[in-house]
Amino acid sequence: MPKLIRLDQTGHTMLAEWSADDQTTFEAAAAAFRAQLDRGYFGLVSLSDGRAEQVTELPVDAPMVILRRPIAGG
Amino acid sequence: MSTTAIDRGGVALEGLPEHANVPWRPRADEAAIIQAGQRWTRSMLAHVVPISATGLFFMLLGPVPAVVGLILLAHAWAIPELYANRGAGVLRSRRPVASTAEGRALLLLGDLVSDEARRVHGETGLILEHGKLGVWLLAEAGAVLVAPGGRRVFCYCVKATGRDLPTSDRIAHLLLALRCDEYGFVTVANLGFSGATWRLRRRLAPEHREALREATRAAVQGLGYR
Repeated sequence: MPKLIRLDQTGHTMLAEWSADDQTTFEAAAAAFRAQLDRGYFGLVSLSDGRAEQVTELPVDAPMVILRRPIAGG
Repeated sequence: MSTTAIDRGGVALEGLPEHANVPWRPRADEAAIIQAGQRWTRSMLAHVVPISATGLFFMLLGPVPAVVGLILLAHAWAIPELYANRGAGVLRSRRPVASTAEGRALLLLGDLVSDEARRVHGETGLILEHGKLGVWLLAEAGAVLVAPGGRRVFCYCVKATGRDLPTSDRIAHLLLALRCDEYGFVTVANLGFSGATWRLRRRLAPEHREALREATRAAVQGLGYR
């Protein structure tokens, strides 16, 4: 089942799970995703070739979407 | 920043959005990175050569000026070492606190990386990641790029902006940003040192030397470049 995970002070928090066949769970997850973007998080999907892709809308069939904070030069 | 539709119904962004926070920096590419390394070398030479030459000149003048000459030569030796020490600083981490949060962060980090990277992290605390630009070592507040061939390193200061994040979580932030856009990552990060791999190795903690050895070996052999 696809998961929406946020990297945070607790290590990570699973915010939502959804099924591509269940529109209700997906819409709830998409709403949670948008709320986190509004808080300044960035959404990422890991790709099979080792890269990651930044997304601004929740992909329906990505196995895991990770929310991260911005990075900055130290 | 342009966008492209992706198959899964989401909308993917091209480039690291953090670049918007440093708009005065041109987006890095291979040529810019090589030039940055060359600037570091020229800067070192500009410091070291005149001081060394002056030191040698004083040593030829007699025993009393030779003392001044020795001091100058020591100074010329110390300058690159100090910069290398600054470079090594990007890999220094707080000792991870054994906590539930750290454990959870470590589990997720482990899921994101290969068996090889998990092994290196277990032994050294650093994540080894193969990229387009070379082989990366990621710590909680910085990253080292070992350029192809393994002879030059680039040490970047860069960290996640959230407070109170576990160490492994901070590394995961850097890893994901790097995987998202390697050139953007280099653009956003601050270059703290670039120079010879051997010079950096001497300033590292023993476990980090081992990680650098692994990264250098991979960079020499060209293993796993994307």
